[in-house]
Amino acid sequence: MPSQYAIEARGLSKHFGDLRAVSDLDLDVPRGQIYGFLGPNGSGKSTTIRMLCGLLTPTFGTADVLGTKIPGNANLLKPKIGYMTQKFSLFSDLTVHENLKFISEIYSYPASDRKRRIDELLENYDLIAQRKQMAGTMSGGQKQRLALACAVLHHPELLLLDEPTSAVDPQSRRDFWANLFRLAESGTTIMVSTHYMDEAERCHRLAILDRGVKVADGTPQELQAATGMHIVEVIADDPYAAQAAVNGKPEIASVTQLGVRLRVLIPERYENPIEIVNNALASENVSGDTQLATPTLEDVFVAVTMFPEEKGR
Amino acid sequence: MKSLSRLGAIVKKEVLQLSRDRLTFGMVFGLPIIQILLFGYAINTDVRNLRTAVANQAGTHLSQQFVSELRESQIVRIVDSVESPEALESLLRRGKVSIGVLIPSDFDRRVVDRNRAAVQILVDGSDPTILSVANRLRTMPIAFDSAPAEERRHDQIEIRPFYNPERRTPVNIVPGLMGIILMMTMMLFTAVAIVRERERGNLELLINTPVSSAELMIGKVIPYIGIGLFQLAVILTFGQVLFDVPIRGSVLDLYIAGSAFIAANLALGLLISTVTHTQFQAMQVTVFILMPSILLSGFMFPFDGMPVVAQYIGEVLPTTHFIRLTRGIMLREAPIGELGRDFYYLVAFTVVVMTLAAKRFTKRLD
Repeated sequence: MPSQYAIEARGLSKHFGDLRAVSDLDLDVPRGQIYGFLGPNGSGKSTTIRMLCGLLTPTFGTADVLGTKIPGNANLLKPKIGYMTQKFSLFSDLTVHENLKFISEIYSYPASDRKRRIDELLENYDLIAQRKQMAGTMSGGQKQRLALACAVLHHPELLLLDEPTSAVDPQSRRDFWANLFRLAESGTTIMVSTHYMDEAERCHRLAILDRGVKVADGTPQELQAATGMHIVEVIADDPYAAQAAVNGKPEIASVTQLGVRLRVLIPERYENPIEIVNNALASENVSGDTQLATPTLEDVFVAVTMFPEEKGR
Repeated sequence: MKSLSRLGAIVKKEVLQLSRDRLTFGMVFGLPIIQILLFGYAINTDVRNLRTAVANQAGTHLSQQFVSELRESQIVRIVDSVESPEALESLLRRGKVSIGVLIPSDFDRRVVDRNRAAVQILVDGSDPTILSVANRLRTMPIAFDSAPAEERRHDQIEIRPFYNPERRTPVNIVPGLMGIILMMTMMLFTAVAIVRERERGNLELLINTPVSSAELMIGKVIPYIGIGLFQLAVILTFGQVLFDVPIRGSVLDLYIAGSAFIAANLALGLLISTVTHTQFQAMQVTVFILMPSILLSGFMFPFDGMPVVAQYIGEVLPTTHFIRLTRGIMLREAPIGELGRDFYYLVAFTVVVMTLAAKRFTKRLD
């Protein structure tokens, strides 16, 4: 009976000299779900993914990935996982078809079914027109589709995607996510790292990483419900003045400007957030409309990375 | 003024980057020192101590006196003593000695006979330098102590050059050149082929697939073995057509030796690829090994003329052994079995270096 989790990590840590890239990370990634890994650059996302597929040896801690112990014999794991590197890592001087054929041979995909599988992938990932094009000459979106096609060719149980959408346009990103949902529906577990909030919102579950430490995890809804912050939205004629007025007040945790609107985060232990903001605006004679808003993932991110102590008070 | 500040910025940035690339930095100091040492030691046209075997069939007092005078000349270093001219020729063919001294049984009578040479000196003439050094022996006087000074002659030694009687340089150079060309291309091709994949990120993809380290390494070098054998054919053809360089021994033997040498260089290339991170570094390390391979392998200067330390370095290099093999097979008609020592060295070198490379190459990034 396989575990309900594709990945279970306990106390996973990786140190490079004095740098603690990942510290004491616990993860439970359920099978058949898209699990997001949200964090700024340098937060340890890539390092964690590399540890989970055996490319890096953890300094401390262990993980169980599809029944294989990490650290351990990662070779047992390789046929079961698909991995997409952050940087395009297929062969630029081979055509799309040659790249797919090479990958199918490396994974010992049954020779009798190879042609059918490659044609199917070309079709599914919209690469038929590029079939004979050198991979290096394709656009960012096309390269990314080829990389995903290569990563899933051998029907892996687990897909590890390291910032797969960092070099593509919004339309390509949407298409890419449609592909991921299709894969998840067919039972593939997907772990995807990103620093885009809208992408994180699409995941079934996600973990937020900050400087190598997991600061929150759960479904996007759970995370939004447990920021520990009131969100006050201010619409002001002069948002700069409004920002100056609310900034620096001891009750106010953070202010972010979005066009003419400000999003003000106030810890939940204060009971009258609207009043606090209104008073702050009034004291500087700035006019503005205030209302309570529901937290977005971006608010969650700001709250948990800057004020982890307020969470779940 | 603005241009000057921009120029300064480029210079500073370049120095900063250079100082961080430890390998390049090492090359800046290391290369000139090593080059000057190599050139200084290796280039020695005053060749002495040529390895020599003596067949003293006379065994008389006078013949023993002649042998010790030979020894004192320091031109030769007597490393072996045999019975027959056939044994001398065999030593020459196997490359054990460069010179064979034949003292016939009627030596004492020949010394006083003006019409016959008293001693025959057999020389491996494939290297013109050795031949010209051996020629200096020709004028050594041989006479009984009792003979009056005016009777002392300087024409009693007959020099018999073997293998390259016309003293043509290409005959000696082309077999050696084969080693140098093969080494350069094979080592560089493999080193760069793997480092390039690391630079482009292909390697991170590959090591995450079920492919094993051994499959990856062996698969990468197999095409280059074919390329190497093809190069060998090209050099042999050109050597024969353009320079009339003979292949006196077996072509099959030559290809067996060539395969071992190609394998040794591919292994070395793989090892280089595991210690360098960029194609530029891989090229630098290749040059670093190429220099002594040209200078200390016996390709340009006779091995016997080099100081002992340089000879030790030369013995480590696969090129030295391959050049001995090619000269032996092509010029002296030696079967590869008689040159076993050099052949087995290449095989052992390949195994050791390949093991090192495989040990260093892990399917991990840390």
